[in-house]
Amino acid sequence: MRALRAILVASVMLPAVHASATDLEVTHWWTSGGEAAAVKELATAFDATGNKWIDGAIAGSGGTARPIMISRITGGDPMGATQFNHGRQAEELAKSGMMRDLTAVAEKEKWKDIIKPASLLASCTIDGKIYCAPVNIHSWQWLWLSNAAFKTAGVAVPKNWDEFVAAAPALEKAGIIPLAIGGQPWQSTGAFNVLMIAIAGKPTFEKVFSDKDEKVAAGPEIAKVFKAADDARRMSKGSNVQDWNQATNMVITAKAGGQIMGDWAQGEFALAKQKAGVDYTCLPGLGVNEVISTDGDAFYFPVLKDAAKSKAQEALASTIVSPKVQVAFNLKKGSLPIRGDIDLAAANDCMKKGLEILAKGNVVRSVNQLVSADTQKQLEDLFSEFFAKPSMTPVDAQKRFAAIIASAD
Amino acid sequence: MRSHVPAGRPSQLFRNLNSKIASIPMILIAVGVFLGGTIWTVLYSFTRSGLLPRLSFVGLDQYERLWAAPRWIISIQNLAIYGILSLIFSLAIGFLLAALMDQKIRFENTFRTIFLYPFALSFIVTGLVWQWILNPEYGVQSVVRSLGWTTFEFDPLYNPEIVIYGVLIAGLWQGTGLVMCLMLAGLRGIDEDIWKASRVDGIPMWRTYIFIVIPMMRPVFITTLVIIASGIVKVYDLVVAQTSGGPGIASEVPAKYVYDYMFQAQNLGQGFAASTMMLLTVAIIIIPWAYLEFGGRKRG
Repeated sequence: MRALRAILVASVMLPAVHASATDLEVTHWWTSGGEAAAVKELATAFDATGNKWIDGAIAGSGGTARPIMISRITGGDPMGATQFNHGRQAEELAKSGMMRDLTAVAEKEKWKDIIKPASLLASCTIDGKIYCAPVNIHSWQWLWLSNAAFKTAGVAVPKNWDEFVAAAPALEKAGIIPLAIGGQPWQSTGAFNVLMIAIAGKPTFEKVFSDKDEKVAAGPEIAKVFKAADDARRMSKGSNVQDWNQATNMVITAKAGGQIMGDWAQGEFALAKQKAGVDYTCLPGLGVNEVISTDGDAFYFPVLKDAAKSKAQEALASTIVSPKVQVAFNLKKGSLPIRGDIDLAAANDCMKKGLEILAKGNVVRSVNQLVSADTQKQLEDLFSEFFAKPSMTPVDAQKRFAAIIASAD
Repeated sequence: MRSHVPAGRPSQLFRNLNSKIASIPMILIAVGVFLGGTIWTVLYSFTRSGLLPRLSFVGLDQYERLWAAPRWIISIQNLAIYGILSLIFSLAIGFLLAALMDQKIRFENTFRTIFLYPFALSFIVTGLVWQWILNPEYGVQSVVRSLGWTTFEFDPLYNPEIVIYGVLIAGLWQGTGLVMCLMLAGLRGIDEDIWKASRVDGIPMWRTYIFIVIPMMRPVFITTLVIIASGIVKVYDLVVAQTSGGPGIASEVPAKYVYDYMFQAQNLGQGFAASTMMLLTVAIIIIPWAYLEFGGRKRG
């Protein structure tokens, strides 16, 4: 319903884009409850600069939204600003000169000194020019557990992945699905990558995705990961939902024991008035290997002819990075701020854990930053098949995984 | 009009000049958009185009990768299963319904409206409706279970082995009404005298249908066949709305592969290669048929 409303609002708003010179249409795919609340913070702050945020929410996750955004930019009908994930999704658009160079704004506001970790700005930088304003850091490496579900099953809330696997039979006996995984391909792919960092460790992860070493991808370390993925597949049987927030909702309502999902799931728990540590438990790095990735979102600004709008773009870019907005936005979104010099005293337990890991520097670059959209799609095809088809063996899946890594770019 | 036009070539060129001028825009569109677009797509399918088209040729690489991709193979298999069964069943059911309608029944208009009604819905709506009907928690399965058969299992959309049949059911529900209407129109076009003659000869009704009426309805069948077949090749929205290609990649179809790789994977070359293969498949079916259908007539 909310998604539908977002579409309706967007369709009504679109014609208004040209009404005033400082109206700026911003497209994004933040449509779940927690996300919409965070967008509102951003919009309010931007409106306070004397411009007007025209909301262009596109429902249906990034897979649906990105093609629409890209075809609008390449088709000559660019929006004022648009969300992409950190990484290489907008690489070709920037290289072909369709995205605006923000280097001047970045230098004026000293982004190089304030944005932490530096890899965020690095993935905005192409040929020495800065093309995007990072807005938040999301990490994938979280296991969300429903305390109520484990109470029903009569077992203690697990402290790591192995305990969780061991607790699965008890959950099943109580009629609870141990692990909720939505049907969209990016969810099973993400869960696999999380398992890889937790089980095989950061060096192996980087050898596979950064160096594209197919020998490692075919090796014994990754075989262990596929074995864990096989467990996850068995535990997720029966979670007949599509969207990630529906899967999170299964954890909130104790219909499922847990979910491997990025920290954006936190927004949903907050919206349902659940408390970290009391109603739900979060295990960064699946409780095994506390390393988090620097996924997240950044705003890109297409090249516009209108001078007033171009000025508004600059205002939006600096609004996004400003400390006040970073605090307000990230608290609602459940994500971590992109700068180390602000105080998130209001953060909850899970976010504090994340901040701590971030401060220690236990971070890896996200898969989106390391591989192209093409390789990412092939991985999604593989993992969505693997997780839906019990007859596919881990050995076969690993062979295909190694072949994709071998041809990856 | 023709009296003052000299005989020979010019008369051929300027004959029906008005209608020729009127059809120029359509000819331009057909040549420019369809033919031009097709040639452009085929050309770029041999390149390494990413998000934007680029003329850097890589030979047959895109095609080799395409035919090595498990998802493409599954898409082709699904299209074959969906296509063949949907052709057979929509023709069979459509004709049967039309024949029953043709028995001078009461409330024929009402029935016709009911059967044609699904066709007024888009594939997106059809897909969503059947997603709910086939959902084990809310749909058929839960209804039958609540009636007492507690072990009844019917969840085609969540079983990778049979999911394509779940899509087929929705496709048939949507499309059969139109086939019925076309068939009914064809049946109404059969001369009443034929029926009288067959009745005089004492031929049973089912034999009249199969051996006399159906052969006479050949043009209607051809039209229907073309309409159904073109719908099958481009099936996309039904799958997107009903299953999103899932579970896993079990209900993927070629058109969805093209879209996903062109726009989600930002790999135009791969998408173009896939769409060229779709075109080739259609051409392999259409060209021999067109040759037999139109080539034969000229000689005869």
